[in-house]
Amino acid sequence: MLPSLEQIRDSILAVIPATVELVPTNSLRVDRESALAVANFLKRDPKLRLDFCSCVTAVDYIKQDCIEVVYHLYSVALKHGPVVLKVRAPRAVEQCRVPSLTPVWRGCEYQEREAFDLYGVKFDGHPDLRRILMWDEFVDHPMRKDYVAPMDYEWEPTPHGETLARAKAQGGVVPASALEAKK
Amino acid sequence: MSATGIIETQTLEVSLGPQHPSTHGVFRMDVVLDGEYVVKLKPVMGYLHRNHEQIAEKLNWLGSMPYTDRLDYFCSMTNNWAYALAVEKMTGLKVPERAEYIRVIMAELTRLLNHSCAIGFLISDAGAWFTPVLYAIRERELILDFFEAVSGARMMCNYMRFGGVRVDLDDATLAMARNLVERWPKFLDEFEALLLGNEVFAARAQGVGILPRELAVNGSISGPVARASGVEYDIRKVDKYGVYERFDFRVPVGEKGDTFDRFMIRILEMRESVKILQQALRDIPAGPFIASETKLRNFKVPAGDGYGRIEAPKGELGFYLVSDGGAKPCRYHVRPPSFINLTVLEDMCLGQKVADAVIILGSIDIVLGEVDR
Repeated sequence: MLPSLEQIRDSILAVIPATVELVPTNSLRVDRESALAVANFLKRDPKLRLDFCSCVTAVDYIKQDCIEVVYHLYSVALKHGPVVLKVRAPRAVEQCRVPSLTPVWRGCEYQEREAFDLYGVKFDGHPDLRRILMWDEFVDHPMRKDYVAPMDYEWEPTPHGETLARAKAQGGVVPASALEAKK
Repeated sequence: MSATGIIETQTLEVSLGPQHPSTHGVFRMDVVLDGEYVVKLKPVMGYLHRNHEQIAEKLNWLGSMPYTDRLDYFCSMTNNWAYALAVEKMTGLKVPERAEYIRVIMAELTRLLNHSCAIGFLISDAGAWFTPVLYAIRERELILDFFEAVSGARMMCNYMRFGGVRVDLDDATLAMARNLVERWPKFLDEFEALLLGNEVFAARAQGVGILPRELAVNGSISGPVARASGVEYDIRKVDKYGVYERFDFRVPVGEKGDTFDRFMIRILEMRESVKILQQALRDIPAGPFIASETKLRNFKVPAGDGYGRIEAPKGELGFYLVSDGGAKPCRYHVRPPSFINLTVLEDMCLGQKVADAVIILGSIDIVLGEVDR
């Protein structure tokens, strides 16, 4: 049987000086500084043994001005779960850093790369943090809620003033043929 | 030749793919070779990336159901189910019993067609071009005929709905399914005898690409790949979603975790799937096939987040959804088994020959629609 969320929180706080917040329906939100220590504890504690990190993803909460990284943890040894671990980071690209949990669960490796690629979360301590789905030259993070697709690589075949204005505002390259049609 | 008289050698970097039949789609492996041996391997993906998750966040809840078909385009039925399950968890919709049985029948037929084709393609990768895979595709076509009779489409079925399924099975389609299930063990015997007794294939596959149990668990590997390494973990048994706890079936587990075990585990899983199908087709109750309280239009999900997962043929397929109470998902994330199973590809290939890297990749069984999303 999986201990209740309160019991898990208390057992974490007995060992690690962390800020652990309960979020309804099965999640624990920990502060960035102690996330790695908490993850190590959850994996090794004999009552929990959460050895299988199933799903890693990020969520953009634009209204609360934060990006939340969500880890779904299961135990293969004890066949229970999930315990959901959440870590929040500010949205600003330079400050959007959380510790990588790849040293604890190897399965986070590609999923954290994906979260970095699509959301711009930098995972400190990740062995190989590169883009994974988008190409290397891509500059932005397309899953962020405020992302605007540039107009220069998917311009409309019958351009109108609004399209061209948006392309120009974003510094995109307006295809020559589009300008021809405008004339 | 150097001054000491020893011939200097250097490593060779080869780009395997993206346009290469053994990569099962547009997938690339950057391989560094020392002679014929792999010393480094980095998978490169994203060639099929269309930001499926963002498309889904711009559609209403039901609107992305047909898009889930395109994730793992071999197994649209299980993709539908995983998404429906996640939404049902968040809304608390109860699925009628008949719909649960129909879902089990569809999912297990999907497992049969996926595993038989995966084995066929693996044998193709090993060098037995086309004949074995065409045996598998011949049988798969019969299942696709059944899917077409039920849902109107061979592969892009778009069949499940929140709280049930779209169309009921009538007597004619049920008889079709019974025929299929009766036919399958004969095909399986033939297929297994053809391949299991094949010394060349055994020599190619045994002891190649060993995945240790600890690494499989730590690397979040799921599905047949993990079970071949001795991880006794099947979400059908652990989560008991749907009506799976009513069926009597076993979870086959491998010993060594090599390519041969991953091939064998799929044969054994198909035999268990046939057992589940026989029981489901025998016990299927009468009744409604979709919950009466479900709404196709103006469907809303209460605010909060939820994670639903099922045992898809390739591994754990999960959907993590966040709702703000509106008509569209606030966050829609797919946990794709093929993508995550690639995490340990390099570990399995190091020290193996480059030709073995191809069959190791084949034994993981990836679909690029799901890897790249």
